[in-house]
Amino acid sequence: MTAADAVAAARPAAGRRRRPRAVIVFATLAVLLLAVSLLAATIGAAGIPLSRLMPALGLGAAADPATFARDQLVLWSIRIPRIAVSAMIGALLATSGTIMQGLFRNPLADPALVGVASGGAFAAAFTIVVLDNAIAPNAAANAFELLPLAAFVGSLITTLVLYRIASREGRTSVAIFLLSGLAIAALANAGIGLLIFMADDRQLRDITFWLLGSLGGATWRKAALLLPFLAVAVAAIPFIGRGLDVLVLGESEAFHSGINVERLKVVCIVLVSAMTGTAVAVCGVIGFVGIVVPHLLRLAIGPGHRLLLPASAAFGAALMVFADMFARVLAAPAEIPVGILTATIGAPFFLYVLLRQRALVGS
Amino acid sequence: MTAAIEVTSVGMRIRSATLLDGINLEVRPGETVAIVGPNGAGKSTLLRILSGDLTPTAGAVLLRGVSLKSYSADRLAAHRAVLSQHVSISFPFTVEEVVRMGAGEMARAKAQPLVDAMLDEIGLDAFRDRELPTLSGGEQQRAHFARVLLQLAVGEAKHGPGVLLLDEPTSSLDLRYQINLVETGKRRAKNGTAVIAILHDLNLAARFADRVVVLHRGRLAASGTPRETITNAMLRNVFEVDTNVDLIAGPLPHVLPQAMQAV
Repeated sequence: MTAADAVAAARPAAGRRRRPRAVIVFATLAVLLLAVSLLAATIGAAGIPLSRLMPALGLGAAADPATFARDQLVLWSIRIPRIAVSAMIGALLATSGTIMQGLFRNPLADPALVGVASGGAFAAAFTIVVLDNAIAPNAAANAFELLPLAAFVGSLITTLVLYRIASREGRTSVAIFLLSGLAIAALANAGIGLLIFMADDRQLRDITFWLLGSLGGATWRKAALLLPFLAVAVAAIPFIGRGLDVLVLGESEAFHSGINVERLKVVCIVLVSAMTGTAVAVCGVIGFVGIVVPHLLRLAIGPGHRLLLPASAAFGAALMVFADMFARVLAAPAEIPVGILTATIGAPFFLYVLLRQRALVGS
Repeated sequence: MTAAIEVTSVGMRIRSATLLDGINLEVRPGETVAIVGPNGAGKSTLLRILSGDLTPTAGAVLLRGVSLKSYSADRLAAHRAVLSQHVSISFPFTVEEVVRMGAGEMARAKAQPLVDAMLDEIGLDAFRDRELPTLSGGEQQRAHFARVLLQLAVGEAKHGPGVLLLDEPTSSLDLRYQINLVETGKRRAKNGTAVIAILHDLNLAARFADRVVVLHRGRLAASGTPRETITNAMLRNVFEVDTNVDLIAGPLPHVLPQAMQAV
């Protein structure tokens, strides 16, 4: 090493990074998720202190049979399905945000922000109104499993349109991406507005639910619906991790490095749409989780996707369970839709990232 | 001996514009070739055709005697490596992580000695834990060069000498690393790699290349040793610059435009 190198390398330590080991990362996140879940299980309209939580979970003997029965009912039919749904929604949103940021090569991508979630919500709301009007009242509510499919198709179309607009010759303009995302979101929201105008009172209630984003209606049935999507997404991670890493360098560079770029893009677009679509169908539009989670994780563990993607799933799950816990207790006995909460915290965070990454947007 | 890479009657038309026309070029293993020419001559288009980014509208490209079209992306990556001109990166990968990307699917423990060797060769050892976006353009360019060299080395270990394509590799490098890069390219060629580089600095091209290929308006204007190609006549016809190619310095031509000579 020459003197010049030594001087150059000794510049302020900003940007010098050592990465923690994968085992430590996952152990930390697993403990975090478990701790947050236990905490969330104790807190709510009917509080279950830790001393009563363990018996109700089936671990240990109950002190008081009367409260035990009530605790068990609250825990197994309300709180645990809700925690499970929250965790899976958080994992889906955070992972789809991470994939989308890799695909569009910028840290400001979030399915909710650029209209992909709105596209899904529009398709779901459209299905409710049209199914009800065309077939029978409550047809959509009965065809509950149809809504994720509709939301998936809506999200898929939105993502494809966005990609066609924002990506030219293997380069993606961040400014065009964000602005076109804004326009697409506005269009989808106009469509939702039109549906609200057409809807009757009961449909209106259902649609409003999508706009606000709430985990209020969590049931075991919803949890069971989310599980296969999450499983597929997690199973896909090993196959897209290296590709997304190299894609960060650019599409040509990814191709030069041996990645089948077209196939990778298709897989990522389908994954993002499916994950966002199912999340939207179950709990409406919940924004910014997909930005906040990967950004914080990149600071801690680095941007490598093979570690970042599974870590996003785990951290997103923990964060969403935590956020939903606040949504349940802040205005108890009423509930704040969790989407309002994540936007209140996430939007300023987004602005902070935007200001730090000013150069990316080209100003 | 089969050519490392070969183009025959290659043409490229986009709508009514002819970017390349009737290009024939055969590069042997171990040969260093510099592609030179004025802006818009088709140099980058030719390199993108050689790298498989673009499919020519006419003619054929053969890599080791086999049509480039028949290679899958990962098989292509095992036979040729490409250093692009501008690679901007918006995520905080460290230099070491970027270089390691060149190792492809190879296990991390197995790749580490190779990563270390490349960091050492390109003089990046002190920068290995630095995040790429915090580095200067030239330092980033060197990190990508090390990544590309690693990809080449991994491919060559399996399949024998490959092809290294460099698109204006020295554009953001200081003098020391321009020389360093040219020397590194020549060392690879000694091991049998075919090295093809777009270079703007004709003097650097003369020192780097066994053969200089001059492109002019999408056509091959000249091809031969530096001495044969870098001449006053070529510089006047192709670059429209009056020069005195100075032969005093040694066996290699040296370009000094008249406009820049002391009056």
